[in-house]
Amino acid sequence: MKIFRKIAVPILAILIFLALWEWLVWFNNWPNYKMASPSDLWPAFWRFRWLFLEYGWQTLWRTVAGLGLAVVVGTLIGMVMGFSRTVREGLYPLLVGFNAIPKATVVPVIALIFVGQHDMNTILIAFMISFFPIAVSVSIGLSTLEPEYRDILRSLGASQFIVFWKIALPKTLPEFFGALKVAVTLAFIGTNLMEIVEPHGKGLGHLFDSGKINADYPLMFAVLIALAVLGILLFYIVVALEKVFAGWAERTAH
Amino acid sequence: MPVPIELRAVSHAYKTDSGPLPVLRDLNIKMAEGSFTAVVGPSGCGKSTLTRLIAGLMRPDEGQVWLGGEIVTSPRATVGMAFQNPVLLEWRSILQNVMLPLEIVKNKLSKSQREDRARQLLALVGLEGFEDKRPSELSGGMRQRASLCRSIVHRPQVLILDEPFGALDAFTREDLWQTMHDLRSEEPFTCLLITHDLRESVFLADEVVVLSGRPATAQYKLTVDLGDNRKIDDLYTAKAVDMLATLRHQIEVAQGRAPAEAAE
Ligand SMILES: Nc1ncnc2c1ncn2[C@@H]1O[C@H](COP(=O)(O)OP(=O)(O)OP(=O)(O)O)[C@@H](O)[C@H]1O
Ligand SMILES: [Mg+2]
Repeated sequence: MKIFRKIAVPILAILIFLALWEWLVWFNNWPNYKMASPSDLWPAFWRFRWLFLEYGWQTLWRTVAGLGLAVVVGTLIGMVMGFSRTVREGLYPLLVGFNAIPKATVVPVIALIFVGQHDMNTILIAFMISFFPIAVSVSIGLSTLEPEYRDILRSLGASQFIVFWKIALPKTLPEFFGALKVAVTLAFIGTNLMEIVEPHGKGLGHLFDSGKINADYPLMFAVLIALAVLGILLFYIVVALEKVFAGWAERTAH
Repeated sequence: MPVPIELRAVSHAYKTDSGPLPVLRDLNIKMAEGSFTAVVGPSGCGKSTLTRLIAGLMRPDEGQVWLGGEIVTSPRATVGMAFQNPVLLEWRSILQNVMLPLEIVKNKLSKSQREDRARQLLALVGLEGFEDKRPSELSGGMRQRASLCRSIVHRPQVLILDEPFGALDAFTREDLWQTMHDLRSEEPFTCLLITHDLRESVFLADEVVVLSGRPATAQYKLTVDLGDNRKIDDLYTAKAVDMLATLRHQIEVAQGRAPAEAAE
């Protein structure tokens, strides 16, 4: 029953969605340059299947690399902000301002700084767009730790590090994973932003771009679907990790 | 034998935005080996501050805290603490929660000895069969029992309890008083209990210290000679009723609601 609900129902929902989409296009008699239908997509996929694999991989690994960087840097920033009120108050406006800048405007700047280093550019944008929620969630998790939690270990003479390792870190994990779910999607958007705004012949964004140039509308839609599939894949990897490392938090909710 | 806990002329103030806030002033308390002292006083008078000073989590501005013949300058492993909030770690089972101090404090116990020790304590407080449960699966009273086990699992010389039963309903609270008696007959700790329940202080303690309003000093000390093995009924004897009346009056004095001279 549980497996049915977790797997069969989502698949059914997707099938219904595709059927509705197909029907809508057929009913309105839209040409495929206005709106491609699911049945147009498969041929587009199949024709370019090797490109999809290759470009999909490029998009995927650069997103994951950017996200990995965001996790490391975001956690470190979150830690110093969580432990020191001065640092927190000092860094907050800077971080918020940084986060508020539309990343589309940063893309050409980054591309100019690292001319030709496309992987680096893309990873950097993915990182910049996704580290903020991680930093904020870690810092809030640490700074809102009730003093008693610290005191049960500190009163035994435990070091700050032990308190962090045994209590603060695990206690922050649910918030961390909440933020990671947001960050994973953001990183993905960042990668594609770079690939589309500053094309350099790599990634699914490039495939989308060439679809646009060649007026191959089914291809463009197929790319969108491929992106959605990759996004879902990444998201559920995070969900699986969350189950392993912070599964206890779910149990408390019931 | 050195006195396990002694406060000598302890004064302490917090630095706040609106200047220093004196919390304790010239406080003297002495606790004999194995004794049980309850501290009562008006809300916000500095009771928790007192526990943090004894635990070495803070150092007093003036005066000294002595523990086992040494001046306290930092936290030490010979102390156990429990609070009103049981602060159990949700990602650990009850057993693992109780074993936590043994991971910090140096000891020669093997893994299975640690586990035996924790299981034995849990059985003593009536939590047998709940070792593998998560904290969220237990009632408030059961969590507080587990928290008590954790506070003494490393055999501390000194046990500091800051209103541990404050959030429990009256029946559960009386059950836990009994549990405290049971623990005390098994484990040789010197205990300092902060409470706002006068009956609790009389039921559990050998001596009750009444703190004055802020800045707090030891306003009154009462020796409770009701013997060991007290029962709830003992709280209704003439002697106990008398003591409770005295304490109640002292609290009113501390709150500034009754004149001091009527005290003696
Ligand atoms: N870290 C702090 N910084 C500044 N002031 C504090 C701090 N901790 C406590 N105080 C103040 O010191 C006073 C004593 O606090 P404390 O917690 O020791 O009181 P208490 O007797 O335990 O109170 P309660 O009965 O409510 O538990 C209070 O007025 C409180 O506002
Ligand atoms: Mg208090």
